[in-house]
Amino acid sequence: MHPALQALVVIVIGVGGCIFYFYASNLFLDKVLYPARGPNAGRNTNRANMIRPWLFLFPALALLCLYLAYPVFATAWLSLFNRDGNFVGLGNYFRMFDEPKFIESLRNNILWLIVVPAAATAFGLLAAQLTDRIKWGNIAKSLIFMPMAISFVGASVIFKLIYDSRDANLSQIGLINAVWLKFDGGIGSFLMLRLVPFVLIGCLLLAIAWGGYSVLRPLLQGQRGGPLLIVARVLGALVAAFLVYALAVWLYGIVTNDLPYGQPQVWLQKPYWNSYFLMAVLVWIQTGFAMVILSAALRGVPEDTIEAATIDGANAFQIFFKIKVPQISGTIVVVWTTITITVLKVFDIVLAMTNGQWETQVLANYMYDKLFRALDWGMGSASAMIIMLLVTPILIWNVVNARKEMR
Amino acid sequence: MDGIVGKKSGLVWAVHLSTLALVILWVLPTFGLLVSSFRTGDQIVGSGWWQSLSTQVQQLAAVRIEGDEVERDGGFVIEGQLYAAGTDVSAWGTSSREPEAYEPGAVADLGDGVALTVGADGAFALSSPTSMAELRMPRVFATASTPPEFTVNNYTNVISSPMAGQSIGQAFLNTLTVAIPATIIPILVAAFAAYALAWMDFPGRALLVAFVVGLLVVPLQLALIPLLQFHNWIGIGKGYLGIWMAHTGFGLPLAIYLLRNYMVGLPRDIIENAKVDGATDFQIFTKIILPLSFPALASFAIFQFLWTWNDLLVALVFLGTGNDQQVLTGNIVNLMGSRGGDWEILSASAFVSIAVPLLVFFSMQRFLVRGLLAGSVK
Repeated sequence: MHPALQALVVIVIGVGGCIFYFYASNLFLDKVLYPARGPNAGRNTNRANMIRPWLFLFPALALLCLYLAYPVFATAWLSLFNRDGNFVGLGNYFRMFDEPKFIESLRNNILWLIVVPAAATAFGLLAAQLTDRIKWGNIAKSLIFMPMAISFVGASVIFKLIYDSRDANLSQIGLINAVWLKFDGGIGSFLMLRLVPFVLIGCLLLAIAWGGYSVLRPLLQGQRGGPLLIVARVLGALVAAFLVYALAVWLYGIVTNDLPYGQPQVWLQKPYWNSYFLMAVLVWIQTGFAMVILSAALRGVPEDTIEAATIDGANAFQIFFKIKVPQISGTIVVVWTTITITVLKVFDIVLAMTNGQWETQVLANYMYDKLFRALDWGMGSASAMIIMLLVTPILIWNVVNARKEMR
Repeated sequence: MDGIVGKKSGLVWAVHLSTLALVILWVLPTFGLLVSSFRTGDQIVGSGWWQSLSTQVQQLAAVRIEGDEVERDGGFVIEGQLYAAGTDVSAWGTSSREPEAYEPGAVADLGDGVALTVGADGAFALSSPTSMAELRMPRVFATASTPPEFTVNNYTNVISSPMAGQSIGQAFLNTLTVAIPATIIPILVAAFAAYALAWMDFPGRALLVAFVVGLLVVPLQLALIPLLQFHNWIGIGKGYLGIWMAHTGFGLPLAIYLLRNYMVGLPRDIIENAKVDGATDFQIFTKIILPLSFPALASFAIFQFLWTWNDLLVALVFLGTGNDQQVLTGNIVNLMGSRGGDWEILSASAFVSIAVPLLVFFSMQRFLVRGLLAGSVK
């Protein structure tokens, strides 16, 4: 049968089957099993009403259990066996941590997890604030939001053209290289490639250092909270310290690096930096999402708080950072975690642009490599479990919040 | 609010300018590929897409003169055309060291009385007092300007002729075959479950909601191998049936969550009135809830459609690799591997795959935004 025809048949059978199932099972419950008449009418109605929710839920629950819940356990189980089907316990995990490619993907994933949610949320917040009160804001929003509709593969093609590189004697067709070749080491290059980045990254460094300090400050001043809070504060400060260190290395590099002016660069083949070029693709896609949600949150900020601040003489920046941002911090966390989950699953971009070569491997693509190229299901499942492990804190956080909301 | 403090006009300008910069930064990448997809292959590699409206001046490949000699005025002449019509030669030469030695129309003396002239339109005349049968023919290096040229041939090419396994047109149909049932089927299944979770009272309801919220973030990477085993076990293997079921399963948590959140917000009075009037749950659901939930249903349908259309991983795993089963994303990834430098093919293919989601996006953005706002876990 032709696939398109098969699709049509499946739609009809699927939809018809669903309707038939719900209709018939309800009818069966009401007319045959517990009819609401005769001597036991009242009891029957109650019983029917106890069973009915499960009739409504059954197909969805069955599919959820089979397609999402069961695989978690099956994958955990599979990860304990080696290629030949022998039980090896945690052997796959130990083997994986010995593999440089796995360590590389873990390192890259951590980099992705820090950079992409931060950058996308920051850009989204910026876009939301900028477009909020101008006339053509809606058009601007819709254009920044547009990449959301583009597939990761399509976005990879788009950005591959931008990063394209050709020999020095040919004309460049990649935008980045064309711009790069404009720099010749003169005063303009000094301004754009050394001074401006130095100032920007320096400011970022100071901001992160200040943030890390203010997270840690209550602890230093001897305030006590729950043990969880203390751990969270120390962890936050450690992450901030790590970021400050990384940025300081950058700053040093910006001052001392010998830049190869006039030579077109193969951007995707420069280890370490190429990861950032891949991240840019995801930031480009996710910023729209962050913007839409944050913009709605910004509109929800009560007008009178802003008015009060204005009357007290706050300027636009103070209003934004001290009045608006604290009030939407909950939404910022939501956006951040949602993008974090997307980042953990990112696979298409790396597969399409570098396929993990030149030190750009990430966990999801590493797993795909193990599962379907090396055909090692044990190792593949083990790496999938690592992804699951990284998602788990967010999962728990979401569930706890949802339960709070239900009450 | 604006103008309360006064002297804000500078800030307003800054806001407009930075918004403009941001929008340009975000649109430019897509726009570049769109422009490229309408240029010929030669033009794409000849100059960046931002120069596509200007005439290109470029060094053409060297051409060795050939043709039959004609005896004329006591000498021998070979005449002919070096380049395709539309080329405008601005300078030419006969050695690679001096490719721009002569103006169009000038005569180059090649020794032994042999003379060559190349016109601006690419016409050449090689003349010699003796027969040139034994002569080693000179090569011509030319710098030419070609006018801007746009074409839809890239699209007609990729849609009909196979480039990597199959044509983009076929892949388009395959993707449509995957996406439509995978969008429609989960809606109904989820709607019933969402109604039960929103409006029916039964023990364990809160637990089930938490279960759904938890599944919302489970990476589908974990599901690949166990489900492939399961599909092989029940005998459907790799194929459309498998991928429809997989997409249905993976889409359900979001569907249930979105729809439940929406249905909970529906006015309680309507439902209780209907109950008092003797309507059964089934009737309430089909006659009241379903029509009222249309915006949420539309939001989810758009999400699911975009997701299934743009998906690569699920298609790679659950669908076969045969020509009648490859989807657009898979096809493009193959093209990037095998025809990575052929931008006229890549850009047109990519745009065929992007066009449908963009159309859906721009026509139904309202529902998409609403769905996003409801769907992100609060």
